[in-house]
Parts: sequence; structure tokens; C-alpha cells
Amino acid sequence: MDFNDTPEEAEFRAEARAFLAANAEPKEPGKVFPVLYGADDLIDSAKPWQAKKFEAGLAGITVPKEYGGRGGTQMQQVIYSQEEANFLTPRGVYEVGLGMCVPVMLTYGTEEQKQRYVPPALRGEEVWCQLFSEPSAGSDLANLRMRAARDGDDWILNGQKIWTSVAHLADFGVIVTRSDPNVPKHKGLTYFFLDMKSPGIETRRIKQIAGTSNFNEVFFTDVRVPDSQRLGDVGDGWKVAITTLMNERVAVGDRAAPDFDDIFGLARELMLEDGPAVADPMVRDKLADWYIQTQGIRLTRFRTITALSRGERPGPESSINKVVNGTKRQQIAHFALDLMDMAGVVYDEDLMPMKALFQEAVLSSPRDRIAGGTDEILRNIIAERILGLPQDIRVDKDVPFNEVPGGDGGA
Amino acid sequence: MNFDLSDEQRMLRDQARRFLDEKGSVDAARTILEGDAPFDRSLWADMAELGWMATAIPEAYGGAGLSHEELCVIAEQLGLAIAPTPFSSSIYLAAEAILLAGSEEQKQRYLPLLAGGQTIGCVAVAEGVQRPGPADVKVRFEGGVLTGEKLPVADGDVADFAIVLARTGEGARDLSLVLADLDGVERTPVETVDPSRSHARFRFDGAAGALLGVAGDGWAVMERVFDRAAILFAFEQVGGAQACLDMATEYAKSRHAFGRPIGSFQAIKHKLADMYVALELARSNALYGAWALANDAPDLPTAAAAARVAAIQAYALASKENIQTHGGMGYTWEVDAQLYYRRAALLAQSVGGERRWKDKLISRLETRNVA
Repeated sequence: MDFNDTPEEAEFRAEARAFLAANAEPKEPGKVFPVLYGADDLIDSAKPWQAKKFEAGLAGITVPKEYGGRGGTQMQQVIYSQEEANFLTPRGVYEVGLGMCVPVMLTYGTEEQKQRYVPPALRGEEVWCQLFSEPSAGSDLANLRMRAARDGDDWILNGQKIWTSVAHLADFGVIVTRSDPNVPKHKGLTYFFLDMKSPGIETRRIKQIAGTSNFNEVFFTDVRVPDSQRLGDVGDGWKVAITTLMNERVAVGDRAAPDFDDIFGLARELMLEDGPAVADPMVRDKLADWYIQTQGIRLTRFRTITALSRGERPGPESSINKVVNGTKRQQIAHFALDLMDMAGVVYDEDLMPMKALFQEAVLSSPRDRIAGGTDEILRNIIAERILGLPQDIRVDKDVPFNEVPGGDGGA
Repeated sequence: MNFDLSDEQRMLRDQARRFLDEKGSVDAARTILEGDAPFDRSLWADMAELGWMATAIPEAYGGAGLSHEELCVIAEQLGLAIAPTPFSSSIYLAAEAILLAGSEEQKQRYLPLLAGGQTIGCVAVAEGVQRPGPADVKVRFEGGVLTGEKLPVADGDVADFAIVLARTGEGARDLSLVLADLDGVERTPVETVDPSRSHARFRFDGAAGALLGVAGDGWAVMERVFDRAAILFAFEQVGGAQACLDMATEYAKSRHAFGRPIGSFQAIKHKLADMYVALELARSNALYGAWALANDAPDLPTAAAAARVAAIQAYALASKENIQTHGGMGYTWEVDAQLYYRRAALLAQSVGGERRWKDKLISRLETRNVA
């Protein structure tokens, strides 16, 4: 075993590093990108950064060259992400578009559509969002009610989407709708892309516990979408949606602070009754748990990257990252406040250790265990896809959607 | 990035698995548990023939000269099949101690016999329930002879020699390793939570021995030996946890309650998912340990502590939740779940328990000065 790149990988890593060193500021402890993820002005710095990446051939690394990409490998994408994680760069605006919407467009779009939409998305000129979840469709995504009714060459959309990242910035979106409520829920869905400036779309920000607004509600009233913007066949929307979700990237590099290093640093600085917190056996016990988890996730990722590098399919073990990291981050944040005792409640960057990183995480960490698949759904995925356990019995499986108890079929 | 077993190592793994399966290693563990024999001699002889004991011993001392990565691969399979043999005492502990601290003459004399399986070694450190630090070691080595008691000594009843941690001076750390051939040592078998692996109590009353390494270095060398063994034990524990997860998964698919397989209930799914997560975290930490061991990396002590803590946790969780998944049957004598539950409890304490290794892990991170 070793941790070395192949010569080709090393060459690409050097290129990525050189680009980043020339164009971005390296990360240092306690330093964060000046604009918060979710802040309104993030787009002002994200747009030029995306354009720079595009010029350097580092946007859309796995996208074919004819659509403005690099035509590279998934391994190169992993390497680039690892390297970018060492720099302060504006993140969060293009992740959904490039990670989910572009791949689905490449799979289901016409040649003309691919030529028209993929290059501007890679250049960052056009922002994309993904309109999936609804008030009645979270973990049970196929329970969605957004109605799409055929009207000549168009479809008329009515309903509501929720938890839509960057919808307020987006130029375009992909959407799953219910085109037929008279068949069982997975069968009556149809997938489109649409112009977010279409008449009848209203976007409202959702303010979260931590005070930021990363998500939106999007309301549709008689929104007209041409049939030519349908992706996949009528009634095949579930299949298309699943393809999108399968495109979840191999998560690399980025660590969600606070992590082991942060709480270990705090425990070495902070004084308790009998000396530094790190000398307390109870603190040591918890630190050890978080170390083996942090290290275990990092090393498991190395195994995934190894599979990629060897040309093997990466295993589904990347699904354990989220299950472990969400809970760990929340535990670490709360434990840090406990160590700070009565002062732990103060949420002020100037008064608290590490710019109030731990206080911020107490408020924002509940999100980690919900967004992008709840802890419970992820455990189901591990049990069913990895261990091969049978699916739960589904009482709504063969029932027409408009006859399912509690689901009015969006009528 | 090349952080996983190679194709050759996967072949070795599959061969070892097939062999232990064909030999009925799990049934053999039950036979040892229920009977009077201390270990399975026929299995031991076959393992010697396959050259498993020789794996990581250098060719100059009669070994195969492969790396410790290969030894880790075999350890995982021994754990998966809960092989009832003194492999760990003889190879992870005694052979490693002699390789680390032995004189050329001691290496020439003992390693070829260990590599061939003709001789069984063990290490004797604990002296009953005591503070686990160096200050409380009471067995003495003076004038070339040992006096005092050791309890428990894994495979002490079947070993041909022992490496004994003994006091050679009055300072708290005046400890040395002593290689003793066990003639005239009173050895009594002791019952443990896992009788498929035999243990003994030693009473030394003037038995002869010779220093292994430099006088006064005993504690430091034993710590290094334990670090190396911890990684190998971690692979046994990962193998055992895998076996428990496999058993529980199979049972959850076939056992029906309320008209459906119990594996379709989320209470069972989430339990098994948690076992899988703990197992994969432990496997990754163990793999890093294997890399550190094979390359004698400076990070080895930290890697060993992390591998040990993660492996103890994963096996504890998997072995008890396997019983829980089986319900009442899991608690019976005839279902194999008990064999793994016992082995998990045994391996959790060999070379020291979770509390001690967590403390070591944090101490090592404090001095590592690397983020």
C-alpha cells in the first residue's frame, strides 16, 4: 500500500495546485471565506471564480470537450476537489447545477440543448437549481404533488417546491412533476427543465435556525413549460430523478468544521479545574472516539479513491460519511460549549475561541443530519443497497396516487 | 493512491478463508470450548504447512520474508473463523518481541522454530487485577532466575517458552524482558470468558531465564511489541465483526415475524447499518495500521492505538447486536453467536483494554505535533 499518485495523477495535481496557488488564497486555521455560504452577495465572488476555472479547463472536468468540459476522468475531479479544499474559494452556488443538472442534461437532453445549456453552466454564466422536494415529499420523494397538465405543445405546472438551494439566484431549474395522478406514485411522474424567470414562479427564502437562508420555497401558478423541455419520456420522471441522485459526487477533501482537530485544539488551550481540558479523562475518552471516526472517514475515502484510481467502481461505502459526520459535528459543537461552561452561550466571533466556530455549529449542525438524505434514510440505504436487506412494505405501492390515504394526488 | 489490498493479497485472503472454512475452524472453536484440549493441534499443523506462522519472519530466520500486510490479511481470516490456536501469542507477540529486542543468537534459536510452528511462544505481562502501569510489576528477575506470579498468560499452558516482563531494579521503570524456557514453572490453566482460547497462571520460583534486550528497557520494548500486536489483533477483530454482521444479516433476511422478514423492519435495518459503519471505520483504521507496520512508519504508535480502539468498538457492537438480532436463539449454547461474543470480549482486553488505549491515543496525538 502507498498514498502516492500515479505519474499522470501527479501531473494533473501539479496543474491544479499551480492554478489554485496563482488564483486563490490558501486556507489557514481560523480563516474563512469572507462571504457566508447562503449570503446574497456570494454570487458576486462565485461567478468570476467559476469563469476562471472554466478558462483553466477545470470546470466540468468530466464533461466531454464538445460541451466545454475537459473530457477528463472522475479521478481528476477527485484530485481537483482535494486541492481546492486547501484554498478559500466561494462555494455553494454551482454545486447543484454542475453536480446534478448538467449530468442529467448530458444524459437526456437533445444535442441542441446540450450545446445551448451546458457551456454557460460550466462558465458560471447561468445558475441552475434542482426542484425536487415538496412539503409532502421529503424522504418519500415520489409522494410529490406538483401537477403537470398537458396543454397542446406545453405543460402547465401548478404546485409548490421546497428546500431548493440557490433557487433565488437560478436562471434555470430541473423539476419532477406529477403528470398522471391516476397511476401508482412512482409511475405518474415526468421530468422537465425550465426557465426560472417564467411567469407564475415565485421564490421565497427560508430562514433557518442559524439565521442564514440557504434554501427556498418556490411556488408555481400556471407556469407554462414547452414539451420540448421534457427530459425522458412522459411517466419516466422517477427514473430520470434517480439518475440525478446517483450523480452525487464522491465526496472528497472538504471537512465540515468543527472536526477532531478543532475540538482537540480547544481542549489543549482551555483550562478546567485541574489543568488543561485535554488532561481530563472524560474529555480524552470523547476525543478518542472522534479521532477514530474522523480518521476512519478520511481513510475510507482513500479506499474509495483507490478504487477509482484502479478503474474499479467506487463502493457504496461513501454513504457512511454523512451518517458519521453529521452526528459527530453536532456532538463536538455541543461538547465544546460544555467545556466553555457558563460562557459557552456567547455567540460572538470576537469573544469566543475560533471565531465562535462551535457556537455556529450548535445552531447549524441539525441540518447536517437532514439535508441530502436524513440519517434514517441513509441507514435504510446502507441496509438495503449494501447489506441487501428487503425493502420495507409499502402500502401505497400499487395504489393509484389519488387514492393513497393522506395523498390527495395534488388534485 | 493505493490504499487497499493488492490483487495478490486478495488472493491470499480468499485462499485463507476457503482453507479455514473447509477445516471447519468455527466448529473447531466450539470443540475446544466444550472439551479439555487447549487448542486445535491438527489445524495448527496445517497452518504451519501453509507457512502462515512464517509469513512476516525474515528469510534469514527461517521465515517467508513477506510483509506485515500479508500477516494482517491472515489475521483477519483467523478472526473471521475464530481459529482456536495460539497464533497470536506465538506470532504477534513472541516473534515480534524477539525480532525487536532479541540477540542474534536468540533470533537464530527461536525464530525458525516459531516460523515452522514447532515451538509456541507467549508473553507474560499481567499480574492479576492491578494498575496497568510499570510501577506495580512484582515478578522479579535476579541472579538469572524468576520469582513471582503472572495472571493471565494467553497460551501459557501450551507454550514452550515465555517472554516475561520482570523487575530488575528498584526504580518504577526498572523492568526488563526475560526469555524463559518454563522448566520448573508451575502452570495452572485458568478459565476465561472465552475457553476456546486457553490461558494459564504462572508461578515462578527460581526458574531460569535470560534477558531479552537491554536491562531496564522492558517496559518500552513491551509497549512497542503491544503496538505492533494491536494492529494484528485489530485485523482479527475486524474479521470477527464481519462474521457477526454476516450472520445477523443472513438471519434478518430469513427469519420472519409479523408476516415479513425481520430485516424489513427499520429497527433491525438501522442496527445492522450501525454495525456496518463501525466495521468499515475499524477496517480503514486497521488498514492504516497495516501500512504503518509494513513500513515501520513514525506514525505507527498513533495508528496502532486508533486501530485498536476502533476494532474493540466495532467487534463489541457487532457481537452483541448479532445476539440481539437472533433474539432468544442468539442466547443459546448451540448458536455460534456466543462464540463470537466471547472472542470479542477476550480480544478487547488482550494487550490492554479500550480505556487504556484511548488514553494512549490522545497522549500520542499530543506529542505528534501534526494536525
